[in-house]
Amino acid sequence: MNEDQKILEPSESVTMTDSAPTGITNESGTPKMTARNVDVFYGDKQAINDVSIDVNMDAVTAFIGPSGCGKSTFLRCMNRMNDTIPIARVTGEIKLEGEDIYASRMDVVQLRARVGMVFQKPNPFPKSIYDNIAYGPRIHGLATGKEDLDEIVESSLQRAGLWGEVKDRLQDSGTALSGGQQQRLCIARAIAVDPEVILMDEPCSALDPIATAKIEELIHELRGKYAIVIVTHNMQQAARVSQKTAFFHLGTLVEYGETTDIFTNPREEKTRDYITGRYG
Amino acid sequence: MNSGTEHTVKAFDSDINELRGMVAEIGGRSEQAIAKAMRALENSDLDLAAEVVREDKLIDDLEKRIDELTFQTIALRAPMADDLRELIATFKISGVVERIGDYAKNIAKRVPLVTQTHRLRPISLLPSMSKIASELVRDSLDAFARRDAELAMEVNRRDQIVDDFYNSIFRAVITHMIENPKDIGEAAHLLFIAKNLERIGDHATNVAEMVYFAATGEPMPERTRGENPTTPIDDETSDGTD
Repeated sequence: MNEDQKILEPSESVTMTDSAPTGITNESGTPKMTARNVDVFYGDKQAINDVSIDVNMDAVTAFIGPSGCGKSTFLRCMNRMNDTIPIARVTGEIKLEGEDIYASRMDVVQLRARVGMVFQKPNPFPKSIYDNIAYGPRIHGLATGKEDLDEIVESSLQRAGLWGEVKDRLQDSGTALSGGQQQRLCIARAIAVDPEVILMDEPCSALDPIATAKIEELIHELRGKYAIVIVTHNMQQAARVSQKTAFFHLGTLVEYGETTDIFTNPREEKTRDYITGRYG
Repeated sequence: MNSGTEHTVKAFDSDINELRGMVAEIGGRSEQAIAKAMRALENSDLDLAAEVVREDKLIDDLEKRIDELTFQTIALRAPMADDLRELIATFKISGVVERIGDYAKNIAKRVPLVTQTHRLRPISLLPSMSKIASELVRDSLDAFARRDAELAMEVNRRDQIVDDFYNSIFRAVITHMIENPKDIGEAAHLLFIAKNLERIGDHATNVAEMVYFAATGEPMPERTRGENPTTPIDDETSDGTD
């Protein structure tokens, strides 16, 4: 890190002025992922402006902000999903366990196994429930044989809280499950390759409240085993599932801190206006 | 704390505004109850004292309405940040202010029992004490209306004056009791009245503490008080109300 890249403590606030530093670190533990001075451009348009943030293992981190604020764009930078968009350009530095994920020697397929992703709409493969889970371990060569693979499938479904509901019909199509079950299947699929980080992009926005509660409970149980980052439009959800919250606005990270502080006593006027429903 | 910008959902603003109006009203009624009870005491006006007792019902009803609407607003609007702090403060303030009304009512109830007040010298201090206690109530609620953390701190500091009055009255009443044993009954009532006023001051500081929290998100720094009230029993429960 350059000397001029001062990283703020969580108690300090980020201001929107040009001269101020624009990132905040978590205070405890070694961060799992670190981002420094990240800019993202779609063609000429800048979508992310100088974002610096740390993501830790011991806390679920929620990204909140109005539509178009860049939270999903930034999330997608964290496992190079933006590579699939030809006009997208990412500058700055994002590291996983100290390793630059944008380095030329980084194997993107490996990266996405280490940094898994769950999307807004459940997207199971049009295959059996079993194959949905087994696919990743197979292509990454994580299973030594059929028995090993069976075990990975079972333990992944167990961790995703789906095993009890599907254990008698593992050969049924994944797409035949309910929306909530499909989403938990997608989480099980991400878990199956033993990732370090799980990114969730509005994982509950297509689900009913009960299916949502199950996913939230799952996130709670997975905390600590994986570093989890969740993008959500639902502020109550951010408040319920996360320990750290980052508020994005117009491509900038406005405030990052303890979730309880953000929702009871935010430091920045913009954060306060957004979370109290005064925005726009 | 509120920077004046409105919520996107206008109904939320109207709930909050209605609550602020009701808090102002319950505060105004409590202040008035204190003033009337003291006037009744000074003039031995039994009708006015009865009016205070009757009107306490209005304060009780207001408290219920505030609590209902606060509860409903929290349930339906899921408030965050300063909105949440304000609603929690409103909920607690309504209870405290209702209690202030009860103390005024208790003073009024004692008016018929204190008929020889002119003979008891300590009575002369009560109007000044009640004036300050009443001001604390008014200022704490003004602080709430204006989100004024500074004024809230000021209320907290000024409560010391009420405590000092109480200590003086306590000593004077005890002396009077020793010198005039036949007045002990009435003197005891006067002491309870003074204690009620002292509790009103304490409750005003409770309101001020909630205002401070609502405005800043932080607990109010501990008051650096001088000497504590020197009553033999100074716990929160021995306040002589019924």
